[in-house]
Amino acid sequence: MASEGGATGYIVHHLTPLSVGEGFWTLHLDTLFFSAVLGGLFIWFFKSVAERATSGVPGLAQNFAEMIVEFVDTQVKDTFHGRSELIAPLALTIFCWVFLWNAMDMLPVDLLPMIGSLMGMEYMRVVPSTDLNGTFALSLSVFFLIFFYSIKVKGIFGFIKEMTCTPFGPWLMPFNLMLKVVEELAKPISLALRLFGNLYAGELVFILIALLPPVVQPLLGFPWAIFHILVITLQAFIFMVLTIVYLSLAHEDH
Amino acid sequence: MSINATLIGQMITFSLLVWLTMKYIWPPIIAALEERKVKIAEGLAAAEKGQEEIKLAEKKAKTVLKEAKEQSAEIIGLAQKRANELVEESKLQAQKEGERLLEAAKAQIEQEMLQARESLRKEVSALALRAAEQILKEEIDKAKHQDLLNRTAEQLG
Repeated sequence: MASEGGATGYIVHHLTPLSVGEGFWTLHLDTLFFSAVLGGLFIWFFKSVAERATSGVPGLAQNFAEMIVEFVDTQVKDTFHGRSELIAPLALTIFCWVFLWNAMDMLPVDLLPMIGSLMGMEYMRVVPSTDLNGTFALSLSVFFLIFFYSIKVKGIFGFIKEMTCTPFGPWLMPFNLMLKVVEELAKPISLALRLFGNLYAGELVFILIALLPPVVQPLLGFPWAIFHILVITLQAFIFMVLTIVYLSLAHEDH
Repeated sequence: MSINATLIGQMITFSLLVWLTMKYIWPPIIAALEERKVKIAEGLAAAEKGQEEIKLAEKKAKTVLKEAKEQSAEIIGLAQKRANELVEESKLQAQKEGERLLEAAKAQIEQEMLQARESLRKEVSALALRAAEQILKEEIDKAKHQDLLNRTAEQLG
């Protein structure tokens, strides 16, 4: 694979999405496809558990699902003290979905693109979290929820007051507003870029390792893959926890 | 590397996933977890209660056993006492009965002796009379039989 247009060509090829359309209306088919499949996998697994959920002795699958659910539930309860039907399922979805996205990184970098090229697809990028559209879709949804809950809990005037009169009081209103806007905008941007950056870099390292001679590849690829198990879990966890934190902040009246 | 319509597609997928999770996944699993929590708590409480009850029952059993022992000792004591009394009583009675029997036997012997003596006397008298008759029939020789008559009369007197 390394021979096609040299190393740079190989890397660029691997990081180019399979897309249709022009300009803004471009669709990254690989991102959409893999994230939908992974989302379906997540829903299928948890749904099958939820249908057979018993309060008696749990089976293997139920045990596993319960472990994740309890883990998420603990995180939510530790941080968020209000009552919300949405936040815990949202956190579970984010954690599992992002984890599955990231886990695509663990597949050999050439495996799916090769199968894709056999099927006539020129480009394929299998990790949805290496697509800014994927990570921003999550973080912007969270951003809208923050917005929604801020207004819902504090009322429209409370929200305006918070945006203009903190942290320096009403006399520095424009300055306050500027600070607040930056603060609020920083949330989705940092969420999205953190996940994107970590996974993009991780994938890039895998691609670079794939360029090395085959004898050296396992020597570096194996430790990096092990290290990456930590990274993909940690990034999913961070995304989830920050979402919970931001939403609980939105629920709090200052 | 550019932001484009994929973003919108992803957001729609995301909303759908969150909605499905909220509606079909989270509630049943959490309900099962809560139910199990309650079950376990109940089970533990029941176990603790059971243990306490066992302790209580053991204590009670000990008291009952002790009481039973005391009671049985008392009963045995009473029975022994009563048995002793009975033995004494029967001894006494036996002695009395023996004495009474002895007395009766003695009295009977006395009576029988008297009866025998009486009948003997009657027989002897009859015998004597018959002898006298016979002697009288054959003409008594006073001189000859004086001695015999005298002796008989002496014996009868």
